[in-house]
Amino acid sequence: MSVPLVSAGEHPVRAYPPRPQAVYFYGTCLVDLFVPEAGMDAITLLEREGIRVIFPDNQTCCGQPAFSSGFPDEARQVAASQLDLFPEDYPVVVPSGSCGGMIRWHWEKIFADDPARYAQAKAIAERTYEFAEFLLHVVGFNRPDQGEPTTVTLHTSCSARREMGTHLVGRELLAKLGNVTLAHHGHESECCGFGGTFSLKHPDVSTAMVTDKVAALKATGASEVVTADCGCLLNITKRAAKEDLDAGRVKASLPGEHLATFLLRRTGGQASGSN
Amino acid sequence: MNAPTPHTAHATRGKPIAFVSAEALRERVHEAINDDHLRSSFRGAMDFLMAKRAAQFPDESELVSLRSLSEAIRQYSLSKLPDLLEQLEANLTRNGVHVHWAETPDEANAIMLDIARRHQAKLIVKGKSMVSEEIEFNHAMEAAGIGALESDMGEYIVQLAGEKPSHIIMPAIHKTKEQIARLFAEKVPGVDYTDNVDALIQIGRQVLREKFEQAEIGLSGVNFAVAETGTLCLVENEGNGRMCTTVPKVHIAITGIEKVVEKLEHVAPLYSILTRSATGQAVSTYFNLISGPRKADEKDGPQEVHLVLLDNGRSQAYADEQLRKTLQCIRCGACMNHCPVYTRIGGHAYGTTYPGPIGKIVSPHMMGLEQTHLLPTLSTLCGACGEVCPVKIPIPELLVRLRGEAQSAPHPHPAMVGQGAGYRPLVSFVWRLWARIYAQPGAYRAFTWLASRFRALTPSRQSGWTVARTPLKPAPKRLRDMVRERV
Ligand code: SF4
Repeated sequence: MSVPLVSAGEHPVRAYPPRPQAVYFYGTCLVDLFVPEAGMDAITLLEREGIRVIFPDNQTCCGQPAFSSGFPDEARQVAASQLDLFPEDYPVVVPSGSCGGMIRWHWEKIFADDPARYAQAKAIAERTYEFAEFLLHVVGFNRPDQGEPTTVTLHTSCSARREMGTHLVGRELLAKLGNVTLAHHGHESECCGFGGTFSLKHPDVSTAMVTDKVAALKATGASEVVTADCGCLLNITKRAAKEDLDAGRVKASLPGEHLATFLLRRTGGQASGSN
Repeated sequence: MNAPTPHTAHATRGKPIAFVSAEALRERVHEAINDDHLRSSFRGAMDFLMAKRAAQFPDESELVSLRSLSEAIRQYSLSKLPDLLEQLEANLTRNGVHVHWAETPDEANAIMLDIARRHQAKLIVKGKSMVSEEIEFNHAMEAAGIGALESDMGEYIVQLAGEKPSHIIMPAIHKTKEQIARLFAEKVPGVDYTDNVDALIQIGRQVLREKFEQAEIGLSGVNFAVAETGTLCLVENEGNGRMCTTVPKVHIAITGIEKVVEKLEHVAPLYSILTRSATGQAVSTYFNLISGPRKADEKDGPQEVHLVLLDNGRSQAYADEQLRKTLQCIRCGACMNHCPVYTRIGGHAYGTTYPGPIGKIVSPHMMGLEQTHLLPTLSTLCGACGEVCPVKIPIPELLVRLRGEAQSAPHPHPAMVGQGAGYRPLVSFVWRLWARIYAQPGAYRAFTWLASRFRALTPSRQSGWTVARTPLKPAPKRLRDMVRERV
């Protein structure tokens, strides 16, 4: 199956299962090492809803960095080590559109020549959900906003938008928070310029893209940016931080956090980064 | 054959490459990114084109079904390509059109030079044709002492300036009206500086009108070639295409072998989605159906019509099921208009005839991977191109495939010319090492534990990342530590 590069009006319609008693949480390597609080807050949100969260300790990486860099053999090797982590028929929840997209659409491709693994990968793909999508459609997240009135802006990753087709999910979740106003930014559907190894290989273009993205986000006047992908989050906030550093600003001009952290904080939960 | 075609893989295989080296690409990209004027003019132009396209598809479900139909027609045509090409040749021949086959740009130019010599041609007027750019037709003709004059306004401007098109639909989109005004004042005899756009167009038209009458040969491209009827379809807005194909006594059309469709009824949806995707027009101003030379009882039209069908690497793409999708392209340019990279660097930086996303997936077949292996990496894989492509080419997927072809260890029987040209032993080693660690959960845990524990030792310079960002630093606790410690 080819990746459905969805255009508006062409979302892969997906039938969601009823709320399960347990889920597997696939944290992703980026979250594990660089933004663990995002993963932890996502887990807390799920557990608060009475869902048992299983964190397979042998999880490493979905293989996406190697796959998209043109090293399918290495991606296959790593992905193969992950196939046995989800033995029960529980949903697999991933707090990232790009890793979710890798599992959902690309795993079956890299195992195309290996029938046993292909079947395993495909079965996992079919029960893999991007975290925000899962929270909205399966969990039915609906908690009263307990925060002060605020205005935020939202960045949606390209993989959430065009691979997972979940770009409206973030908006819908934020719309449930009564005191939160969402400010839209210019060229909203445009990529932030991260692109994994692209940011290392083509720093000129990547810098130009993220600089424009940061400017557009700041121009909304929002107090912070939220996003459901940590690749974009790091790209955007570290760029903004560099601008602050270069300008000698002490206060962050564009703070950012994962959507999970934001939702948890707003609805009375204890965010893991705040202790 | 003396026409130099320096940038075809087939011509340069085994010889040193000078035209699109990785370093040259990096340099041009660097220059473009730092050109504020270029940046703002491309952003403005692309925003305009995106809005025009969007306005053409107010009904999303109509777009969804038209894209699916268009994709299906292109895939159907490609699935029968060899048969359709034979059928096209038979029907065109029956209609009195001479059909020629060219494997390389050299061959295509030689065929056309031969026709020009037979007619003792001194001047060829040209309608817009990207395939003629691909084979450096103008250069080849001029080298043989034959003038080749562009009659499409954008192409004419680019030719006057001694440049190449920066966009496949809008060749001179990188030029401001002031630049064009200066160019005309400098290069067109008897013209004073004016930056009035209408006046500039009138000047161009005046020059070209005379040339249409002098030229012995008119050259055009082809948007769709219909096998069943032997018809060449040409989409254009300025009427110059119609002039080129009807006024001179000889008309030569040139196109890639992938442009054939089976039936006339297959053209209508493709035409509709082409103009709407390309320029945001419901229809183009002109749509020409050419089915042969002037008949005995007809008063106008060319006396001789030729079609040159060019391969130039297309059969290499065709041979592979996945790469074949590259040939679905109808050259609308929407992928460039929506590309965040193209928007920032413009068309020239790519150094290829076809810039932008389509250029990144088609050029490796035309030029070989020796020169183009870096092109597929010039993308974040954001998918904006694949999202708008009217024939649903999965461009990001093809980019990933080409990255693999470029970087795999050189293979004795490569599927692609230049396979492995981007192979770097160190990079491959790093990925192998990465896989060794990440495929063994114990090793991964040890590695991340060390990275987190010794986070103070994280280098503060991190290659391209810290050019514009503060460094990445592992968190003091990994997610798995937090999970373990949770109550
Ligand atoms: S690849 Fe698709 S969007 Fe790009 S020029 Fe071809 S048809 Fe148009």
